[in-house]
Amino acid sequence: MTDHALQSNGEAVTWHLAEAEDHDHGGNGATILGFWIYLMSDALIFASLFAMFGVVSTSYAGGPVPREIFDLELVALNTALLLASSITFGEAMPHMEAGRVGPTRFWLAITGLLGAGFIAIELYEFAHLIAEGAGPQRSAFLSAFFTLVGTHGAHVTVGLIWIVVMLIQLGRHGLSLPMKRRLICLSMFWHFLDIIWIGVFTFVYLYGVLR
Amino acid sequence: MSSTDTHMDPALHSHGDTHGHGSRRGYRIGTVLAILLTFLPFWLVMSGVLQDRQTTAILIFAMALIQIVVHVVCFLHLDTRSEGGWTLLAFLFTAVIVVLTIGGSIWIMYHLNTNMMPMPDMGAPPQ
Repeated sequence: MTDHALQSNGEAVTWHLAEAEDHDHGGNGATILGFWIYLMSDALIFASLFAMFGVVSTSYAGGPVPREIFDLELVALNTALLLASSITFGEAMPHMEAGRVGPTRFWLAITGLLGAGFIAIELYEFAHLIAEGAGPQRSAFLSAFFTLVGTHGAHVTVGLIWIVVMLIQLGRHGLSLPMKRRLICLSMFWHFLDIIWIGVFTFVYLYGVLR
Repeated sequence: MSSTDTHMDPALHSHGDTHGHGSRRGYRIGTVLAILLTFLPFWLVMSGVLQDRQTTAILIFAMALIQIVVHVVCFLHLDTRSEGGWTLLAFLFTAVIVVLTIGGSIWIMYHLNTNMMPMPDMGAPPQ
């Protein structure tokens, strides 16, 4: 911050350059900061859902307790899929920066497949729970569980749609500057969802089974 | 306009390059740490090596916090310089609100729950 202030001997000139850059690059810096602010606001939504889950996490209403209904092996597999998808997205980014469309699409497609696997397993888990009579209407604990994990799953589903759109647009536009900007935002979104999942598997599943 | 272009292009490329090289090593380290910090809590809980549940709980929450920091630094590339420090400021603000929301809610509701006068027929199905 102070460096900028010291360097800019002509305040107006510096400001104009930044403005010109914004127009030419489709406002990369501003978009990325704005998207970051969106992610932070999304984190606040998840914070309120985590708080709600924390408050009612032992309100079983005589229904099933976490130890009876959570299959940790399935959760471990799910966690591994999501973490792997985060890592494969990281593999796509250097190719994107270097402008290589093929490898970018390849790693993005792998990321999408891993994410789809995650959603498939989560839907299977939900269906299994509801079939067992452990649906969201059973107890406050289960209502909060389905709301929190379901909201995360909905975000991942939106991320999957975004990945498919990016794969199509990469074929049409290649790696233009707007495409790079979109991919940077998508990578932030995807890593962010993995961070939320750290909270979910620790707080909901592992701690739930532990107590 | 041409002056801005010549100024802009090398700036863009050099930024991309340094970003790429600088974050590559951090990304590898982050990947290894993330895998470890995911594997360890699952192993602790699923194998039940530690008899003491409270110790296990403290350990898994500590590892979750460390992993969140690892992801934010290595995968989201949060540092003091990106976007002139505004991303860091927004992140710290959010972290404070998140801690207040989750910690405060659970703290208050837990005490409210324990300090409530127990009713004689609590938990009994309504007649």
